[in-house]
Amino acid sequence: MQAILSELPWGLFLILIPLIGGIACFLLPVVARRLGLLTASLVLSAAVGLGWQLSSRGVYHHAVGGWGAPLGIDLYADGLSLLMLVMTALVGFGVSLYATGYFKPGHLVRFWPLWLLLLGALNALFLSADLFNLYVTLELVGLSAVALTALQGGRDALTGAMRYLLATLLGSLAYLLGVALLYHGFGTVDLVLLSERVVPSPVVWAALGLMSAGLILKTALFPLHFWLPPAHASAPAPVSAVLSALVVKASFYILLRLWLAIFSDISGDVAGLFGLLGAGAVLWGSLQALRQTRVKLLVAYSTVAQIGYLFLVYPLAPGMGITAWSAMAYLLISHALAKAAMFMAAGNLMQFGGHDRIADLDRVVQRLPLTAGAFALAGVSIMGLPPSGGFNGKWLLLQAALAQGRWDLVGVIFLGGVLAAGYVFKVLGNTFTQAPRTHEPISVPARMQWAAVLLAAGAILIGFLSSPLMALLEVGDPFNINGKGP
Amino acid sequence: MAGYAWLLRLLLLLLAVGLGYAVLSLPDQAQGLQPDVLGKMDQSGVTHPVTAVLLNFRGYDTLLEMAVLLLALLGIWSLGGLPEARPESEPGPVLGTLTQVLVPVLIVVAGYLLWTGAHAPGGAFQAGAVLGAAGVLLQLTGWRLPRRAAGHPLRITLVAGVAVFLIVAALPLPGGRQLLEYDPNYAGVLILVVEAFATVSIGVTLAALFFGADPTDKAPK
Amino acid sequence: MSVPFLYALVGIGLFCLGFHGLIVYDHLLRKILAINIMGSGVFLVLVALAKRGGEAAPDPVPHAMVITGIVVAVSATALALGLMLKVQAATGHAVLPGKSRD
Repeated sequence: MQAILSELPWGLFLILIPLIGGIACFLLPVVARRLGLLTASLVLSAAVGLGWQLSSRGVYHHAVGGWGAPLGIDLYADGLSLLMLVMTALVGFGVSLYATGYFKPGHLVRFWPLWLLLLGALNALFLSADLFNLYVTLELVGLSAVALTALQGGRDALTGAMRYLLATLLGSLAYLLGVALLYHGFGTVDLVLLSERVVPSPVVWAALGLMSAGLILKTALFPLHFWLPPAHASAPAPVSAVLSALVVKASFYILLRLWLAIFSDISGDVAGLFGLLGAGAVLWGSLQALRQTRVKLLVAYSTVAQIGYLFLVYPLAPGMGITAWSAMAYLLISHALAKAAMFMAAGNLMQFGGHDRIADLDRVVQRLPLTAGAFALAGVSIMGLPPSGGFNGKWLLLQAALAQGRWDLVGVIFLGGVLAAGYVFKVLGNTFTQAPRTHEPISVPARMQWAAVLLAAGAILIGFLSSPLMALLEVGDPFNINGKGP
Repeated sequence: MAGYAWLLRLLLLLLAVGLGYAVLSLPDQAQGLQPDVLGKMDQSGVTHPVTAVLLNFRGYDTLLEMAVLLLALLGIWSLGGLPEARPESEPGPVLGTLTQVLVPVLIVVAGYLLWTGAHAPGGAFQAGAVLGAAGVLLQLTGWRLPRRAAGHPLRITLVAGVAVFLIVAALPLPGGRQLLEYDPNYAGVLILVVEAFATVSIGVTLAALFFGADPTDKAPK
Repeated sequence: MSVPFLYALVGIGLFCLGFHGLIVYDHLLRKILAINIMGSGVFLVLVALAKRGGEAAPDPVPHAMVITGIVVAVSATALALGLMLKVQAATGHAVLPGKSRD
């Protein structure tokens, strides 16, 4: 039995199951809800299966069509891919559960096929080692994300989705032109082969510029974040959770892979630039979040800030190796869990009071304790207080910055934490009191509250799981700590 | 504002010069993967190299790209119906007659393009595009899908391309082979089956995109 | 300079021209067209440089990529046009509200 289980192509299941599930939900809307939940559970099991396979047998490799690179397309999973896949499966399961309570039946039948295709596309993206294939998955992710943003209609959501679509298409095209240049320069789009063949040349610099700019736009790194707050704040709550927790991480992941495989050796001062933009994002995003008067916009600007932390790792990585990259891994997964929980909590508040104005939050702690608790727990991780995944990430980042004497970055990390505390407490402080305009509560389904609590608790819990997490992350040596990889 | 436009143009000009320089720095003679493709052509099941890359060597891209097309339709349908464009005038006799003549011709052309893709330029996407054009022409003359075809029959036709592709892709897996690893002896037949379903689905999807709403929606506004 | 490079430079030109249009025009239809022009530029670069082998037949891999790219572009354009019509219906104009930029 065990032998069979460890032989199964779990990585492929992660791609095929949600694709099949999405098509099935489209054909059989009557049972879409059951099919959707089943698919999300199966994806979670497949992610666990892949994790088990990786820990016992090392990296996962699948040459689609049996051709192998450079002629064919290779799927590849190491510790970094696994981290992203597990993160996606966890958040995906929580979001699926939440959505069954959130959407009205008419919207729910449209939600399932789009969401399951997005889930499959994210998994396909995290498993791909082929730059052109990554482009196709990137477009799948982008288009489904835009369609989900506009799902419930409404003026803000439609204009937010439109702006988002234009930004994401522009980013993809810049990326694709970079892929075209790399292919014509080095005769392959396979990441591993490219990492062996690439030599510093004008083509590589042009590709580096185009692809970094395109992916940074899609990741909404300051100052190219203009499209994120309107889209993330106006989308339906479960969609906002997916957008902030997973979709922006997809383009970030491609940039990280490109960086590790190709660009880190030849890029010169680009790491410094990334660090600068990241610092700008932390400060600007946090300040804007503090200024907001609506919960969802506040949470959306918090995403802008938290993305900044991820980019602080680039200038710190060369001297610090695994410490800096572990910080990034922690920040990635803890932000995904915590931010998804926050958007779910915000959705609950909206359903509960019919609005998300912070000043008019009315006795939430007494009347909606689970939601308030989920927001608080997620807030702990976002602020970086112990014990939480967010704390581990920021602590490691701080260590890396201190060890290299980067006092400027130390200041940014510290200030970002203080500002985060400010905006989290801005919301929490208003949940205890009676608002000037009181309202009768509208009931919120228990599973919407529990989904938020579960993900928020997950963000706390991973703070205690550092040794197994780090052991899995190092499968396949994704960060080239022990020489050239992957 | 004028100064800003001037600056923008200057920056874009610099971008163009930089990218142009990068392009010109590429080697004069390069074949990319052409030798690899030609070396494996006899195992691909077709004789046209572009079709071999699309449906076999990089068939996984094509599978995902079918999903992209389906996704665009799901996205449009989830918008809940587009505001109907009011035709300026009723379709005249010219459009009517032209459609009567052209639609059968287009269907035959699509079939030919599909068949010829195995050894010459053509294939599922070109054929599907022609089929989609026939669907658009029909809609321009006021034709609408009959009610009994608008529910499940339409949905099944829309997903048939990607569903059949998924099945064909997964067939080798129970035998311990890789995703999309066709047996060279059957590769030609399998590719034709995949392309035939893809053609119909692409054509119908394009026509449905033009219509812009789920025809079973109660009140498309 | 050989012919493939000439076409590739035209592709770069189209990419930058489309980028310019995307930034300066407000109407969404123009923005969507501008994106398509950028896409055509990228496709032209891909296809043109595939014919650098002298008299040899062109490299088929970029051709297949371009077909894939075109289908993706058609899909994205369809969704964008649908969204544009909905934006127009909701706001009365096919332009993005300018004030929400921060």
